[in-house]
Amino acid sequence: MKLSLYVNGTLCHSEIAPGTTLLEFLRGKGLMGAKAGCDTGSCGLCTVWVDEVPILSCTYPAARAQGKHVTTIEGMRQQAALLGRYLAENGSEQCGYCSPGLIMTVLALEKEHPAATDAEISAYLAGNLCRCSGYAGQLAGIRAYLNRGKGALE
Amino acid sequence: MKTVNRPCPKKDAEALTTGVPAYTEDLIPPGSLCIKLLRSPHAHAKILSVDKRAALAVPGVVCVLTHADLPAARCTYAGQCAPESSPLDRYILEDRVRYVGDPVAIVAAETEQAAALAVRRLRVEYEVLPAVLDYEKALDAPVVIHPEADYCNRVAIGGDPRRNLLCSHSAAYGDVEEALARCDVVLEDTFHTQAAAHAMMETFRSFSYYDYQGRLTIVTSTQVPFHIRRIAAEALGLPPSKVRVIKPRVGGGFGAKQSIVSELLTAAVTFATGRPAYLIFTRRESFTASNSRHEMRLQVKVGATKDGIIRAIELYALANGGAYGEQSYPTSLLVGHKTIPLYAHAAFRHRADFVYTNTLPGGACRGFGATQGCFAVETMVNRIADAIGMDPAVLRLRNIPHPGDTMPAYFGDVLLSSGLDRCIQTGKERFNWDQRRFRREVAPGKVRAAGMAITMQGSGVPMKDVCCATLTLNDTGFYSLQIGATDIGTGCDTILAQMAAEVLSCRLDQITVDGVDTAHSPYDKGSYASSTTYVTGQAVLRAARQLREQLLDEAARRLEIPRCRAELNEQGVCDRENPEKALSLSALSGQLVLRPDCHYLTATAEHCCTYSAPPFMAGFAEVEVDLFTGAVTVTDFLGVVDCGTVINPALAATQAQGGILQGIGMALYEEVSRSSSGALRENSFLQYKIPARPDAPPIHVAFEPDWEPTGPFGAKSIGEVVINTPCPAIAEAVRQATGVSCSSLPITAEAVWRGIQRLSKE
Ligand code: FES
Ligand code: FES
Repeated sequence: MKLSLYVNGTLCHSEIAPGTTLLEFLRGKGLMGAKAGCDTGSCGLCTVWVDEVPILSCTYPAARAQGKHVTTIEGMRQQAALLGRYLAENGSEQCGYCSPGLIMTVLALEKEHPAATDAEISAYLAGNLCRCSGYAGQLAGIRAYLNRGKGALE
Repeated sequence: MKTVNRPCPKKDAEALTTGVPAYTEDLIPPGSLCIKLLRSPHAHAKILSVDKRAALAVPGVVCVLTHADLPAARCTYAGQCAPESSPLDRYILEDRVRYVGDPVAIVAAETEQAAALAVRRLRVEYEVLPAVLDYEKALDAPVVIHPEADYCNRVAIGGDPRRNLLCSHSAAYGDVEEALARCDVVLEDTFHTQAAAHAMMETFRSFSYYDYQGRLTIVTSTQVPFHIRRIAAEALGLPPSKVRVIKPRVGGGFGAKQSIVSELLTAAVTFATGRPAYLIFTRRESFTASNSRHEMRLQVKVGATKDGIIRAIELYALANGGAYGEQSYPTSLLVGHKTIPLYAHAAFRHRADFVYTNTLPGGACRGFGATQGCFAVETMVNRIADAIGMDPAVLRLRNIPHPGDTMPAYFGDVLLSSGLDRCIQTGKERFNWDQRRFRREVAPGKVRAAGMAITMQGSGVPMKDVCCATLTLNDTGFYSLQIGATDIGTGCDTILAQMAAEVLSCRLDQITVDGVDTAHSPYDKGSYASSTTYVTGQAVLRAARQLREQLLDEAARRLEIPRCRAELNEQGVCDRENPEKALSLSALSGQLVLRPDCHYLTATAEHCCTYSAPPFMAGFAEVEVDLFTGAVTVTDFLGVVDCGTVINPALAATQAQGGILQGIGMALYEEVSRSSSGALRENSFLQYKIPARPDAPPIHVAFEPDWEPTGPFGAKSIGEVVINTPCPAIAEAVRQATGVSCSSLPITAEAVWRGIQRLSKE
């Protein structure tokens, strides 16, 4: 079947097999940032945005993205690198396999709740699993990122 | 120090946080065949026939391989130094399957859909055999799991496959009976630890192809590329020079990837078809058809005098090795040898039997037996402290070994460094232990209390593990560090570069790090047994020192100054007494390769440790228990670690926090059960609950380093030691809060609730 959608701002026309997930479609296009970590929609590694809203691309049929705007980490390179620096400074960038999904979710959180508390951050990111970091360093990095430019006292 | 002991961000951080293709799946060549496996639905069966016709008729299917198509060479999937202490008890595929999930056939097709369809079209005739699912009943069971004539042990490990005995270990010191007789308190109990899953975020996967030199090249998410090269050549009957293994970035391992899991199945397809092929385990396969922590039943008897001195420890572990014997033997050693030495005055007896069953094989798992042993021994010690009315932290201080002490339970080694006393003291203070350890009601029906435990691990496998490193000054003035050690997320590429940068007085970004491609990297046994910082680090340190000497020699000669005046810095080499007189690194490196008096500066060094320096940790947990539901929440955790000099405090803290949270998962959430047919029930993240963000308590980490004379810059390991204390510390906190003694993991709300009910009836 035919699919037309915007990927990181560029209109793409593709031929896809019915049942193709958005994750398969994107990776098939060479966008390797989003990962698969589970079979059950449980891990958040595959998070991308559809019309600015974070979704699990492993369970999102590519066909449903017809005409929509899909944003992947490749399309957010600068913001991802900036947030990534905050994560890395806290050493919370370990195997990194969860990072692209995490970062896409944090960037969405930033738009929705720029003043989120620690508990709100944890709740918003509940679907983004990480087995390496213990989350504490990631939280510190995210906190510092959200507070950036707000003066040293914060 | 300028670079060591600094929280440098990981060298690969920017790439990984921006989603650059770097992991195995990201690099699969276009046109590769997709591999799917038919797996056994039976726990134990003989394969009588496989009818491939319908599968081969599926358009796009290229090959279907069964045991009949593959070499029959017994091997082990354990990534260990040869001769392996794991039995040679596997074929790539065999006419016998030994657990639900054991592969029966390999299908490769042009598309994933075709491969999946073909798997469903395979018709297999099984002769279903009686299975041994309960490891308590495996020894001398009428069903023998490994009756094969070509079963072989390269190292004697006390096993007897006719009895389903995989391996057996025993050790003793002193007169246990006599010591017990002198004790004022003797307590005994039996503990159970579950077959926890590693659950790294990247499942097992690999792809393979023939490179232009005709080498069967396996690109894989592994911890042990060099072991895979050796074992794959043997298993496939290829000359070792015809196998090449490449490790890209790896999405976590925790020991799971110290075994061969997907690699030979993938390689078999390329071997059979000549075509590139890939195999990616689903999460379900990752849970059900790989390896897990060894499930154990531990019987512990501990005796102490009323002054709090532990006089005797008896520890017997019966462990489920599962269908194949990967890493069972080393695990059996660690159960006792990394728990009992913490009690310096104890006579001990330690015995462990590992048995074969028709379940998922056990394997290497962070903590490697010490985690299981720590839960049992530390829980008993906590109960002893309670029985004699002593603060368990104080009791530990009276028993722990000190530098200079011989540790009979640690292979008779003399302890060279330990900050464990400071770990305990600092922990006590920072955790406000004296107040928080006792039960208190924080809300109606909600009580809090705290527990603690101590632990040790090793750093590398002594006398076996060899790691090498090559450092080069390139022709254009930057350094490259080549290592065979595998960064699986731990940050070892960065940590090792920090060590080199320290010696070469340069910035971290002046050193590139590459690993691992067995065609280019120097040998390293791989990243396991908490060895990378301690063992590979020592090789890097030596190589860096050699390179520095060479560099100073050459520069002094070219600057025409006495060698003792040559000073190396990040710009290059200068005359200490006249800094204007200098040769930049790029000028020097250019001269070194562009002139007839050339000298290409490169140094390769190796290291084999003769002692496995133990890191230590004291862990403190506070829990809140809901008395109505039995639900346990960890409200605070503090880990105080002596890993020697902390090479990178940010990465070490995260390692510690991650390990502690894994330990908390094992303590509270990660249940494992099997159906009556032997199928693992917890086969997805929906059933197997690893801690998610809202589950994670505040986890604090502090360091109390002691200088380790045998480690690079005084460092020891950190990767594994951090996972051990949560289970016993949480169990103790629950007991303090509720009076319920939990001896089985995980500590579920149901178990605690039942315990509370039982106590209220008594
Ligand atoms: S791959 Fe796990 S939620 Fe999408
Ligand atoms: S860093 Fe490895 S899963 Fe998050």
